[in-house]
Amino acid sequence: MSPVETSVSRREQRHSLALTLGLALVGINLLVALLTLFWTPYDPLNASGGRLEAPSLLHWLGTDRLGRDLLTQLMIGARTALLVGTGAVAIGATVGVSLGVLAAFATRLADDVMAATLDILIAFPTLLLAMLVVAASDSASLWTAILALGLAISATVARLTRILAKRVLRQDYIVASRTSGTSWAGVVFRHVLPNIWPTLSVNFALQFGLAVIAEASLSYLGLGAPPPNASWGRLLQEAQGTVYTAPIGAIAPGIALVALVIGMNLLADGLRDIGDPTRGRSR
Amino acid sequence: MTALLNIQGLHIRAGDKPLVSDLSFSIRPGERIGLIGESGSGKSMTAMAATGLLPVSIGVSGSIELDSQQVVGATDSVMNRLRGAAAAVVFQEPLTALDPLMKIGRQIAEPVRRRLERESGKTSKDVVQREVRDLIDKVALPQPERIINSYPHEVSGGQRQRVAIAMALACRPKLLIADEPTTALDVTTQAEILKLLDQLVRETGMALLFISHDLPVVAQVVERVIVLKNGVAVEEGPVKAVFGNPQHDYTKTLVEAARLFDEALGATG
Ligand SMILES: Nc1ncnc2c1ncn2[C@@H]1O[C@H](COP(=O)(O)OP(=O)(O)O)[C@@H](O)[C@H]1O
Ligand SMILES: [Mg+2]
Repeated sequence: MSPVETSVSRREQRHSLALTLGLALVGINLLVALLTLFWTPYDPLNASGGRLEAPSLLHWLGTDRLGRDLLTQLMIGARTALLVGTGAVAIGATVGVSLGVLAAFATRLADDVMAATLDILIAFPTLLLAMLVVAASDSASLWTAILALGLAISATVARLTRILAKRVLRQDYIVASRTSGTSWAGVVFRHVLPNIWPTLSVNFALQFGLAVIAEASLSYLGLGAPPPNASWGRLLQEAQGTVYTAPIGAIAPGIALVALVIGMNLLADGLRDIGDPTRGRSR
Repeated sequence: MTALLNIQGLHIRAGDKPLVSDLSFSIRPGERIGLIGESGSGKSMTAMAATGLLPVSIGVSGSIELDSQQVVGATDSVMNRLRGAAAAVVFQEPLTALDPLMKIGRQIAEPVRRRLERESGKTSKDVVQREVRDLIDKVALPQPERIINSYPHEVSGGQRQRVAIAMALACRPKLLIADEPTTALDVTTQAEILKLLDQLVRETGMALLFISHDLPVVAQVVERVIVLKNGVAVEEGPVKAVFGNPQHDYTKTLVEAARLFDEALGATG
């Protein structure tokens, strides 16, 4: 085997390892989230043991300061995290990609206005933007958090889409396709979206992770999902006062959060490499 | 017979810099015309103007009638119906003219599907697939099954140009515009592609606007030539007359250069 082939296959091995790990991390999260719809080890809302019990065979991760099973809380937190990540990215992707493609086609003036607006929106930290939206709506709910994060994501996605789409629109194959009678709508769906998708999808995974973290932060600040929607952010907040006496209360949701975010990024990277027919060539 | 492409007093400019000045020529159905001139003389600009696809920053005035439809100032929906049906284009660089992320079979299927929808209002996958296979045979691509499922970077430069030609043929255009279709290819492949184009144009009876800076190449496939210099037509006429007895100094240099090149080849070969 030549040295070139060796390095390519080694890279592919590394890619498939990353993909497997990503699939596993996200897959476990998804399974746990689905499981909680039917079954949890204990009642999530009521005490099932003494306060702040250490991990035991009955309570694998111990109990919180109200005597509720921590593993149960953590499992429901997985559901919340997936819901927030998926919901926020779905909103962000739909609104952001539409705006970004429109901007790429807009006249010079409209494009400049749109670009400036997006730059201002992006200059706001996501969390601050989300706090404003949550504050503007009367009550904090999971859905206002998702909506707020989705809007924040759509600004970033719109800006990225606009740049990527403009680059594709300058390519020769767009003119070539137009000479055979492809309409602008055809150009968008057949050429622009497929060609920007590999980069966009990786960004969606990144945004998914950021949304999950942001929701945790909102919950930590008391602006996120209210009970009974346990969220990892609220678990972290509640563990704050007892982090020295019962560190597992902070460590467990922290690890869960990091694992999901990393898993999502590995998955997106791996999927992009599979979806890219030009992979294996120099880039 | 009315002209298929009738260009009268065409001016193309970028800002106040003229790229093409007062150009007039016409192509009748089935006629084969060569547009020659050195790089930067405005040949591609003229071709793009004919299909209404000049960049928005480029100004255009004069009259361009393609299949009896005025192109200058026409709306996009009017032009979309005209493009492909009236004229299709094969470009110089076959790699960048194909979508890198779309399989070749699908790239050829797109214009086939569009034409069938235009002609009969309906299509079926089977009919489209059969036509794609026919087109691949027509442009003599080997291993059709493999080609259909390949991406552009997975086939050779000559094969890519054959794919581009198949895509243009898929439109069944009345006029084929070939903008330096062999310039990016090696000499052997160049000759093959040229032969293929020549044969296809004769078989289908479509008109040809062949653009090149290479005089011997043009002379092989066209009947009449227009010599363009700095955006101005300096000479026009039948191939034999123009190249046998060039009037304009610029044409004389082109002919002389080609002759010297031939002699050099003859001396070494
Ligand atoms: N988008 C553009 N804006 C301004 N000038 C251009 C643009 N594209 C090409 N030109 C100029 O137009 C002239 C003619 O170009 P072109 O028609 O491509 O020449 P060629 O005969 O080699 O095909 C060249 O001088 C080129 O620099
Ligand atoms: Mg050119």
